Amino acid sequence: MNVGIVIVSHSPKVAEGTADMVRQMVGDEVPLAWCGGNPEGGLGTSVGDIMEAIDRAWSDAGVAILVDLGGAETNSEVAVEMIGEPRSKKIVVCNAPIVEGAVMAATEASGGATLREVVATAHELAPA
Amino acid sequence: MTDTLASIDIRELVEACATMISAHADELTALDQAIGDGDHGYNMRRGFDALLAEADALAAKPLPDALKAAGTKLVMTVGGASGPLFGTFLMALGKDMPASPDRSAFAAAFARAVDAVAARGKSEAGQKTMLDVLYPARDALAAGRSAAEIAAVADAAAEATVPMKALRGRASFLGDRSIGHMDPGSRSSALLVRTVAETLGA
Repeated sequence: MNVGIVIVSHSPKVAEGTADMVRQMVGDEVPLAWCGGNPEGGLGTSVGDIMEAIDRAWSDAGVAILVDLGGAETNSEVAVEMIGEPRSKKIVVCNAPIVEGAVMAATEASGGATLREVVATAHELAPA
Repeated sequence: MTDTLASIDIRELVEACATMISAHADELTALDQAIGDGDHGYNMRRGFDALLAEADALAAKPLPDALKAAGTKLVMTVGGASGPLFGTFLMALGKDMPASPDRSAFAAAFARAVDAVAARGKSEAGQKTMLDVLYPARDALAAGRSAAEIAAVADAAAEATVPMKALRGRASFLGDRSIGHMDPGSRSSALLVRTVAETLGA
């Protein structure tokens, strides 16, 4: 089973558009889910939505989360903690640009790479 | 604050905090519009209104459980980065809080909750964040200062963020342009520290 990819943006349009790019460029071999927007539908992120997205993209091989700005990262980390062990040990919030990171991570995942390899591929895109 | 804190009225605390945040929501949002994304007041009010709506359920719980439940609620409802930060504070506070804390146990739990916020935000003092209020408030609490003194320390600490350059959070994108504005999270933290100190110390 391939590693799953979760895309978390403050904007649902950015998250959905990023997911569209992953689907077109990588295909359907990778479990993929996205979420964006705060609990009222404005710009922001929602821990509950992130937890649900992780469920949708769940893979026993693990899940890599790609985020945009600070609050998306913090909320994703909280979501992972609230999911708790043992699943939380198989979820990583990546330090990478959201669009490039999602496409590259999904490409790596589609070839059957491990979670560690998928995350490393995404991290190569992070500014030094 | 008294030495015993024998009776912490959870409902009174929730109502006082929600009232304070609601009264200052526009001010917090204005501060956030200057150096952030302009939603801090709205987000905080949404979170504390959610706590207010559950005040009965929270008040029915032992103090540690009420704090953890309130923290979880803030995490789930606030939306912005302040949700996980204030939520983490309350969840950590509940984790280390006895059911009937004396002042020293309260101060010790408070100190660990501040550390949890620092870890969650990957931040430290001097970066123009809520920690710049929480650390001085922690120290004033540990030093046995009165409720009025703790509130004054928190207000002064929020003011002291004005000349700081933001190094964490959205405002850090602005670099030097963040100088000259009060950090919104510091302001909301000071408001809540004042509210809790006055409620418990009254």
